[in-house]
Amino acid sequence: MAKMGSVRENPKDTRGALLRMLKYLGTYKFLLALIILLSIGGNVLALLGPDFAGKAINEAAAGAGKVNFERVYYYAKRMLLCYLLSSAVTFSISIIMMYVSKWIAGKMRKDVFDKLMKLPVGYFDVNQAGDIISRVSYDIDVVGTCLATDVVQIINSIVTVTGSFVMMVIISPLLSVIALITVPLAIFYTSRMRRITQPRFSKRSKVYGKMNGFVEEMFSGQKTINAYAYENGVNDRYDVINHEAADAYYDAEYYGVTMGPSVGAINNIGLALVGILGSALYLLEKINLGQISSFILYTRKFSGPINEIANIVNELYSALAAAERVFTLLDEPEETADAADAEVLADVRGHVEMKNVSFGYVPEKTILHDLSLDAHAGKLVAIVGPTGAGKTTIINLLMRFYDVNSGEIFVDEKETRCLTRRSLRDAYAMVLQDTWVFEGTIFENIAYGKENATMEEVVRAAKAAHIHKFITCLPQGYRTVISADGGNISKGQKQLLTIARAMLYDAKMLILDEATSNVDTETERQIQKAMRELMAGKTCFVIAHRLSTIKNANHILVLNQGDVVESGKHEELMAKKGFYYDLYAAQFE
Amino acid sequence: MKTIFRYLKPYVGAVVFAMFVKLIGTILELMIPYVLEYMIDEVVPSRSMTKVLVIGTLMVLLAVGARTVHVYANRKAVKVAQNTIYDVRRDLFWKSLNFSGSQMDAIGLPSLTSRMTADSYNIQNFIRAFQTMGIRAPILLVGGIIITLTMDAGLASILLVIAPVMIVLIVLISSRGIPMFEKVQKRLDDIIRIMRENITGIRVVKALSREEYEKGRFEAANQRMIRTDSLAGLLMALPGPISTLFLNCGLTLVVVIGAQRVNAGVTKPGVILAFLTYFNMILMGVMALNRVFVMMSKANASANRIGEVIDTPEDLTRLPEAIAPGTHRDGYIIFDHVDFEYKAADESADVQDFGGSGKGLVLSDIDFSMKKGGSLGIIGATGCGKTTVINLLMRFYDATAGHVYLNGRDVRTYDKDELHRLFGVVFQNDVIFADTIRENIVFGRNVTEEQMKLAAEDAKAAEFINGYEDGYDHMAAIRGANFSGGQRQRLLISRALAADPQILILDDSSSALDYRTDADLRKNIREHHGDSTLIVIAQRASSIMGLDDIIVLDEGKIAGHGTHEELLKSCPIYRDIYDTQMGEAR
Repeated sequence: MAKMGSVRENPKDTRGALLRMLKYLGTYKFLLALIILLSIGGNVLALLGPDFAGKAINEAAAGAGKVNFERVYYYAKRMLLCYLLSSAVTFSISIIMMYVSKWIAGKMRKDVFDKLMKLPVGYFDVNQAGDIISRVSYDIDVVGTCLATDVVQIINSIVTVTGSFVMMVIISPLLSVIALITVPLAIFYTSRMRRITQPRFSKRSKVYGKMNGFVEEMFSGQKTINAYAYENGVNDRYDVINHEAADAYYDAEYYGVTMGPSVGAINNIGLALVGILGSALYLLEKINLGQISSFILYTRKFSGPINEIANIVNELYSALAAAERVFTLLDEPEETADAADAEVLADVRGHVEMKNVSFGYVPEKTILHDLSLDAHAGKLVAIVGPTGAGKTTIINLLMRFYDVNSGEIFVDEKETRCLTRRSLRDAYAMVLQDTWVFEGTIFENIAYGKENATMEEVVRAAKAAHIHKFITCLPQGYRTVISADGGNISKGQKQLLTIARAMLYDAKMLILDEATSNVDTETERQIQKAMRELMAGKTCFVIAHRLSTIKNANHILVLNQGDVVESGKHEELMAKKGFYYDLYAAQFE
Repeated sequence: MKTIFRYLKPYVGAVVFAMFVKLIGTILELMIPYVLEYMIDEVVPSRSMTKVLVIGTLMVLLAVGARTVHVYANRKAVKVAQNTIYDVRRDLFWKSLNFSGSQMDAIGLPSLTSRMTADSYNIQNFIRAFQTMGIRAPILLVGGIIITLTMDAGLASILLVIAPVMIVLIVLISSRGIPMFEKVQKRLDDIIRIMRENITGIRVVKALSREEYEKGRFEAANQRMIRTDSLAGLLMALPGPISTLFLNCGLTLVVVIGAQRVNAGVTKPGVILAFLTYFNMILMGVMALNRVFVMMSKANASANRIGEVIDTPEDLTRLPEAIAPGTHRDGYIIFDHVDFEYKAADESADVQDFGGSGKGLVLSDIDFSMKKGGSLGIIGATGCGKTTVINLLMRFYDATAGHVYLNGRDVRTYDKDELHRLFGVVFQNDVIFADTIRENIVFGRNVTEEQMKLAAEDAKAAEFINGYEDGYDHMAAIRGANFSGGQRQRLLISRALAADPQILILDDSSSALDYRTDADLRKNIREHHGDSTLIVIAQRASSIMGLDDIIVLDEGKIAGHGTHEELLKSCPIYRDIYDTQMGEAR
């Protein structure tokens, strides 16, 4: 829990992020090679075009009445062809890279989501949904945009810079020395600036994440905030974060925006040096004016990309900071893998046994102390006790959402840590306290647990859960779409849907966590009847506060402060006049 | 776009200044090549090294000057972007925070969040880019055209033919591209929605081993996103190469027609050569302009989504007391023949309305009154409209027909905060915020330490809070995930009690409490908060049977109204509820 408040300040592993980005790019190495080839071709064409133009102009320069139109057309045609091809090449390059970047962004989104499916439940208990989501909505977008534009530019730049440098050396090795001063200077400057900007860009990403989390949390509690007229207070708190976000942006960009102009200035100074040194060489008659002109032409071609590189590096680094946040998520420890020799729990009978189980969510605080229980196949175990006694925790352990700190849990005499999680969880049907529906039809929501469920099965489950009538009253019946987060559907209706879902899910063991406490009595009575049928032959763990609903239990576990204080049948416990009796009596006060 | 400009308005001066400075920088920068050409063409042939050095120094000074000016202007631009986006987010947040129930339903939480985040970043980037890039493009473009026109208007007229065709084409493509960006955003919303569903429902997903299915569902949305995004990218990649192609075709035309004009003696050959350079300059201008345009279309989609929220008119405006209906009935809270029906969400007609029986009125002809300090229980089947009664009393929605009065005044005449301050309320599935327990109970009100502790005692929360080493400073996790359902409910009740509210509302807020705790809680409320007018919504008869008055709701109608004893005699539904719950236990 402390994790969300604390801010990671250690230096970022830029190189690692870069290498991993390259790995993503590596999938498309053939397309990247194609881009390089196209880029070389495009550059050659870009050089040939003006050359043909120059030749055509030379022909036209013959003067009034003396122009050889055949030659002019000849060069003009070639010139046009070069430009057509060059446009086609430019277009192809950007399209290829655009697709590659979208694919990579898609792959990253997939990786993040697949990862989410592998993370332990505990991760979601301590991380803001908004913060997790911002990795997909913002960070991956930044990475994708960078790939689509910057990679092309980098490749293009390398080709152009190499090409023009070769030409410069051919014209005058001595003048080219200037490039050997300005380029390292530019690189030195950029890398020095990078050290200043990089942590700031990371911080910006982090602050954005924090802001997203805050916004999400407050919007989801919007009704409560209004009900307590706390809008101003929340707004003041947002104002602080909003300021922080705006400042982090300014702080990062304040240094970021110096890069472009600075590298530009270095190049322009280089140009001045070329002019001065060139003039000196001309005076020493080492070079002619035409050569100076073309040298300057190539210097410009050469420095153009270097100008851009500053911008690209800027974006590249903000993209790397974003990528790193994605990779951090991808590196979160996963739910521990099933043991190599893990068995698949098959032909479940449903004998569940807990032996001396101790557990706490944080090491300092043990919630369950030395808990033991034995539930034979087909029996109904009722777990009762005051709030906070550790009832929900038992479910977390039975389902292996968390693993015990010490002790063992057996299903059919097999230690659950020696079973595959999937087969263990498959053996349970579950109705939780926090009901969950997703945006989809009612049919899909009920059929969720069972692949290829037929309409008949779904209707049967819905009837058993006493929601069939409600569903058929809807204009579109089972095809009605439930809006995101349940929209206007009431808590009770949601609960009925999840009960129907559990009914359809054919499992040997059943977990009910206060599932019936939000359904009205009339419905609940019918449900209980249906439940009894559903429970037949299943091992059931019912966590309910309504004692009347668990009177039929084969075995009642009374929990207090994480320990089983009493256990037995209703009559026995009543006769004892102990803790259970007290709880029961309170109902009539 | 309107939205952006509205927010830029206060900074118009700063924007103009930044762009003016940028203009100076651009001019300084563009002067460098001309100075260099002058040096090569004019100075060098004069063979004076001193002059060369002077001009060279001038170039260096220009370079350094241009840098200083550019950096200055860029920082000014960033400042404007920072301030503007701060304002946008401030208003967006405030507006969203004050949305009415139906406004919230219409836009939805995920979409609202992404408007707050992704869309605001798009706008921020645009505001900065158009100031830093927006000046260079027109200079190159306009400058190039003016120079070519003055050199040879005849040849330059080729541009006047090509340019409109080119611009029409680009605008045509972009006009198709811009709606694509909105589509891309919708696809992203889908992806975010699925992620959120999985994050909140992770236990169910894992319990049912549906990870692979969910991966498939996400991947389907992801692929749709990739397709839409690629299509948008494809459209937006077109203008660049197209403008290059057009200008280069124009250049070929210049050469050919120029050759004819030279042959006719109208044009000098040097002019054609110069056109080569200036066409390049114009091309660079067009490209830069296009880049700004792409960013603008992206920002436009975002601005529209943000504008939609900011410009939503307040729908629950305060009714002037002069024109508000009055009532002669006696009572503190009066529901006067109230009907309620959810307004059809105009945007999302396919989303069904789940209130009540699913169609038509959620509440019909609800009529009751209660005295100050009285207590009322509302009981009834799931979805019968119990919560809606509270929604109307607290004015999250307005009644479709009839009136709701509080202390003799129509609730619509109250200032929103003034009205809400009268209440202490726990909703169904209410929210614990990721903050300290103290802050969750005090919740920004003037609640003393003593009041807070008393409230926690009364709500039976003090016991477990004191169990924490850091007590009331203990941090709650997101959605209170580190508390059990019962602990959460007790914290929420502490929050409701803390300010000794005039009206206390508990909506199904003790469902996770055991009977012992529930009974103690009821006793504490009765004894220590007897002055509060109490409304309890419950499924359990035992939670409400001791109250002054009980209303039994059935499918949005009052099926019984009276005391516990009266209802047992007169209301079959109530008797049935009571018998099921108590009978078995007896």
